[in-house]
Amino acid sequence: MSTPLQRVRGLGASHSGTGHFWRERVTAVALVPLSLWFLYVVIGLAGTTEVSALVFFAHPWNAILMAAFVVIALYHAALGLQVVIDDYIHTAGAKIFLFLLVRFAVIAAGSTCIFALLRIAAQ
Amino acid sequence: MADNPQVREARQRPLSPHLTIYRWPVTMMTSITHRATGIALSVGMLILAWWLVSISNGPEGFESFHAVMDTPLGLLVLLGITWSLAFHFCNGVRHLAWDLGYGFSKEASRQGSIWVIAISAVIAVAIFAGVWSGHGGYLR
Repeated sequence: MSTPLQRVRGLGASHSGTGHFWRERVTAVALVPLSLWFLYVVIGLAGTTEVSALVFFAHPWNAILMAAFVVIALYHAALGLQVVIDDYIHTAGAKIFLFLLVRFAVIAAGSTCIFALLRIAAQ
Repeated sequence: MADNPQVREARQRPLSPHLTIYRWPVTMMTSITHRATGIALSVGMLILAWWLVSISNGPEGFESFHAVMDTPLGLLVLLGITWSLAFHFCNGVRHLAWDLGYGFSKEASRQGSIWVIAISAVIAVAIFAGVWSGHGGYLR
């Protein structure tokens, strides 16, 4: 059922056009430098005490980069998991349930990480 | 309908892609592994959240994190997530190259798959070997 209006909007059956694809790519590009920085950090803090980690994340730039990594990685994860759910889950109820579960989980995980970073900054 | 001579034969034909009949090419392997490592990294994000919370909780919180992750099983999970990150990173760069129109030929995609598997394994082993041999912890 393709109406002329639908063709003009150019959004197709997904109702969001290429938006999902594009967001997945933009977050992927952002994660290239951020993941390299993240690896540098976790290797650099491996085997140290919590004092080293506290001092490291108390530095504003490190906290900002970590927050950026966490938010963008979780956004990318939500987009990717949505594709997995779309491909393998075929009943509407289970699909909606898993969509909501993924979205609530990434928001919960992201808020928790940012709260932890703020708490470290306040110490 | 019952007289259609093609119906029986059609049912016996393998559907494409038929996972149990085709020999798995390495490109199929890296494709499904990209998805599997993506799911593993999503779980890894929860461990990262726990790590940050444990740091903010002071010495006891940090200890409780290490009490779980400094075990053989915990280290195995961390090794799996490290390799997943290395693989998803390398194969993700390959995906971005495809998006720009590079590396679509059969031979290029086959070789790219092999390179991604090899490089990600080397990166994961190098990180663990480096930390074990005392080359980590430079942010002390």
